[in-house]
Amino acid sequence: MTLFPDLTGKALSRWMLADGPESDTVISSRVRLARNIEGLPFPHLMTPERGEKVIEMVRRAFASKDAAKLGLDDAEVIRMSEMSVVDRQVLVEKHLISPNLARNSTSGAAAITPDESVSVMINEEDHIRIQCLYAGLQLREALYRADRVDDLLEGKMEYAFSENRGYLTACPTNVGTGMRASVMVHLPALVINNKAGQVFTTVVKLGFIVRGLYGEGTEAVGNIFQVSNQVTLGQSEADIVQNLRNVVEQIIAQEKEARESLMSEMKEQIEDKVGRAYGILLYGHVFSSKEAMQYLSDVRLGVDLGLLPQVNRQVLNELLVAIRPGYLQKMAGRELDPWERDTMRADLIRSRLRPDGQASASAPA
Amino acid sequence: MLCQECRKRPATVHITRIVNGRKTEMSLCEQCAREKGELEFLVEPQFPIQSFLAGLLQQGAVPMLKVSGPPKCETCGLTFEEFSRTGRLGCSGCYERFGERLDPVLRRIHGSARHTGKVPARSGEAIKARRELARLREALAEAVKAEEFEKAAELRDEIKRLEKEVG
Ligand SMILES: [Zn+2]
Ligand SMILES: [Zn+2]
Repeated sequence: MTLFPDLTGKALSRWMLADGPESDTVISSRVRLARNIEGLPFPHLMTPERGEKVIEMVRRAFASKDAAKLGLDDAEVIRMSEMSVVDRQVLVEKHLISPNLARNSTSGAAAITPDESVSVMINEEDHIRIQCLYAGLQLREALYRADRVDDLLEGKMEYAFSENRGYLTACPTNVGTGMRASVMVHLPALVINNKAGQVFTTVVKLGFIVRGLYGEGTEAVGNIFQVSNQVTLGQSEADIVQNLRNVVEQIIAQEKEARESLMSEMKEQIEDKVGRAYGILLYGHVFSSKEAMQYLSDVRLGVDLGLLPQVNRQVLNELLVAIRPGYLQKMAGRELDPWERDTMRADLIRSRLRPDGQASASAPA
Repeated sequence: MLCQECRKRPATVHITRIVNGRKTEMSLCEQCAREKGELEFLVEPQFPIQSFLAGLLQQGAVPMLKVSGPPKCETCGLTFEEFSRTGRLGCSGCYERFGERLDPVLRRIHGSARHTGKVPARSGEAIKARRELARLREALAEAVKAEEFEKAAELRDEIKRLEKEVG
């Protein structure tokens, strides 16, 4: 297997290196399109032989001339069964595949581009899930790219589609556009001000979903939230993306207002919070991932407010993935018990946050 | 009782999960529980959206569902009862087979039961033409109402031309 070494060897995906719009509050934007192939049962009722067929169809589409035109011909198709549990875990931590796909050792596979901005999950809940990731707030760009990948695949296979219901999906919550657009935001000031709950209540009333960093059912750690559309039927893709963008812009405005009020009303306390978090991360020796995420959130806020000029935001983005259990074990090259992970995590954070560790904010080669 | 995972430390954390209607129980030590929680994908999570949907279907929150209809998809063999338990359909045929019974579910989730987004190019030309026809007919009705007869005549010609194309 000619797996890109960076795929599981580097914590920071190349697409994250570009400093996207609104990067002081928005970490990334993602558009996911769910598609199924006509004439095959959905993956949960499918035989392994048919699962192979789907993998083969996607492989052929990515090897075609049309894929080359779109710059997608260098994507790698990887089977879950060919990867170790730890490698799969790293891909989950980088948001390139879902936990659900990682568990599918029979027919699960993914086609991923070297810059890791496009990932097509194969035989997840649906036969095909196209996923495009962009740094900062770039929903329209992500939709445009996902649309091109979709056109490519559609040219090589017949999708399950009905005029009334749109793209047919295993779960009726995805039917229609099959699209889930989401934005990952960092909202420390709204949390400090106790306003996050209120903001989210409004967002949910408008028909959007707010979740933690790792998707459905995960709690919010490090003040990072994912906002995504709930409705997939009855609205066009462009409208859904535009509505989500409007909502996110509102959230950003609220967060910025909260930051300003923190800095005008309790500047010393915020400087103290940020400084302490940085100090603890620089000198601590044992961190659970939850604790590390909280302090890293404080440090990120410090960087955004210009209080920690010595810290590079890319290092913080890298640490979001690098301190996760899968990545730590990948680096160690062996299984680690929770205590070993907590100490390795602290070692890693210390070395990356030291002023001399910043320069090596490794741009993946 | 010893932890089911490491079989070394005493089990202090008892986890009950209901996945797809089946109950599973686990007794773990604190360390292993934490580990399982962190190594997320190894533990089958509960899907809030799916269980929300299953709840919706089972509680009869959608009255139409009580109406009897075809019990089974001929193509994949999935029964409507299975669907309402798991929230997942079996194949594209299920959408046709369970059609009317899905309408209220879709309306409840999406506020709509009709797709207006992207259409695959392959099967799309006819669909796009039908959508355009619907749009033109609406415009015609409006033009007539506003007594803009010149515009209405133009629209009528356009509709006739398109109708011939669609066949
Ligand atoms: Zn144990
Ligand atoms: Zn079926």
